[in-house]
Amino acid sequence: MTSRDPLTHQVANKPTRKLFDSFALSWRLPIIVWQTLFFLGPLIFMVAMSFFLVKNYRMQEAFEFVNWSKMFSRNYFWDSYFLTFTLATLSTAIASLLAFPASFALAFKVSPAVRRWALFLLIIPFFTSYLVRIFSWYVILAESGALNALLDTFGLGPYTMLNTKFGTLVGYMTLTLPLVVVLQTFALSNIDRNLVQAAHNLGCSPFRSIYAVIMPLAKTGLIVAALFCFILSFGDFVSPYYLGGSKPPTLPILIIDTTKSGQQWPRAAVVAVVMMVTLITIAFAALALAYRTRASR
Amino acid sequence: MRNETKPHAQKNNLRNQFLLDWSLRFYVILIFVFVFAPIVFSVIFSFNSARFPTIPLESFTLKWYETIWADPDVWEAFRNSIIVSVSTALIATTLGFCTAYTDYRYRFRFKSAYLALVLLPPTIPLIIMALAMLAWFSKIGASGQLWSVIIAHSVLTAPFAMAIIRLRLNQMNKDLESAAWNLGASEWRAMREVVFPFCKPAILSALFLTAAVSFDEFAIAWFVSGLNKTVPVLILEIVQGNIDPQVNAIGTIVFLVSMTLVMIAQVFFFLRQNRTSN
Repeated sequence: MTSRDPLTHQVANKPTRKLFDSFALSWRLPIIVWQTLFFLGPLIFMVAMSFFLVKNYRMQEAFEFVNWSKMFSRNYFWDSYFLTFTLATLSTAIASLLAFPASFALAFKVSPAVRRWALFLLIIPFFTSYLVRIFSWYVILAESGALNALLDTFGLGPYTMLNTKFGTLVGYMTLTLPLVVVLQTFALSNIDRNLVQAAHNLGCSPFRSIYAVIMPLAKTGLIVAALFCFILSFGDFVSPYYLGGSKPPTLPILIIDTTKSGQQWPRAAVVAVVMMVTLITIAFAALALAYRTRASR
Repeated sequence: MRNETKPHAQKNNLRNQFLLDWSLRFYVILIFVFVFAPIVFSVIFSFNSARFPTIPLESFTLKWYETIWADPDVWEAFRNSIIVSVSTALIATTLGFCTAYTDYRYRFRFKSAYLALVLLPPTIPLIIMALAMLAWFSKIGASGQLWSVIIAHSVLTAPFAMAIIRLRLNQMNKDLESAAWNLGASEWRAMREVVFPFCKPAILSALFLTAAVSFDEFAIAWFVSGLNKTVPVLILEIVQGNIDPQVNAIGTIVFLVSMTLVMIAQVFFFLRQNRTSN
């Protein structure tokens, strides 16, 4: 048990370390049982499923590499893979760049009250019906939609924005931008103001102090924000499907297509496992970068 | 501030600073416009009579709300969604509380593995969880049920509940619980009369937040729910057909529900901080 002050040690009723502590176990066990049954179970089963066979539209438990070799030999799989990876990388770069000035302003240029309100407001959309917001963008960005009608009054357009990469990226920004701003703002707010002031006093220009002082100090938070952005974009199917036109499909759309229409669950599992491995690799690389101590200059 | 700046240079500097500050503020507002545009747009066009939503606006109408009011599928979906999100909130918050208390009080072997097991689900893409859940539930013969959605959503949202309650426990003085034991309370009684009441605002906050997440989740629900569609799944299916303005009407109601839930969750969360600082 945790160490307590000497006084409490003499009390009869102090909970002691028992071999079988029913109190402790009744708080510890529920989540272990639940997550093993319904989180680890499904994930492990999915990995196993990628080796199953499908015969006459029925899945048979087996250990064959057919699905893997089938998927890896198809060009469309690799097209999807590189498209998804490129889009997610672009999304991460754009979201981080777009968010940074806003996070910087929220962290350094506004009062704490304004910052609290801004964060309060930005947390709301993150938990609010992404699907309906994408439908909204679909209508706004359409050929005869609201944005083109607005541009038309300035004598511009019409532009094709749906079924393009631009459309997909607008969708990704809808999903990720609020979260990235929130995480970046947290990271920047935690910086010791004295260090920024010291740089300023020593004659550091504002832009140089951002690059040389603020960004290194907030590095961990900035990278974690980017990582979340990558994971969310990489796994999202709504934006590339509705705003991007899904030609070629991204990996999440490939999962849906092979699951829903083809009954080819094992092949969908192959795609899912490949996605998982990619994300785990990216996550470890990002975290290693985030927590690497800087070499002294 | 700088030692050797000349007066006029300093004035220039100040003006630049002023311009920079205001353009940054303007930029923040632009970001907010981008984030909230689709929400506002959806609400406005749910009252617009045109079949295809564009500007200029046509006349005000409640037609789309009447359409969905008369649609039994919409009623069914809302009924399902309410059942799912209420049950999910109760299960996920219970699990979250148990885990948060365990993390707060106990140290044990493999604790980091334990915490990873609890906290990882939200970092895994929903589409992957959806496929895994679909396969697992059909393997154990439980697919296509409303409670399969409830189970899947609880896995997904328990970490949020755990995080909220854990932050609250951070603010509890360790001696509070020991004091109760010293005064003769059993561990169970101390839990009931000390720990639980202290966590109440966080528990309420967790209930509302997990309900909101569950209410809006569509990927897993779409794969697992079978014929028992929830609201987001219904929207997904309408949107696949064509542009139908009734989506704006359903969407507005969905926004209203989930924004209210998230705001209540945040209010309880902040309430907690204020009371502690007093």
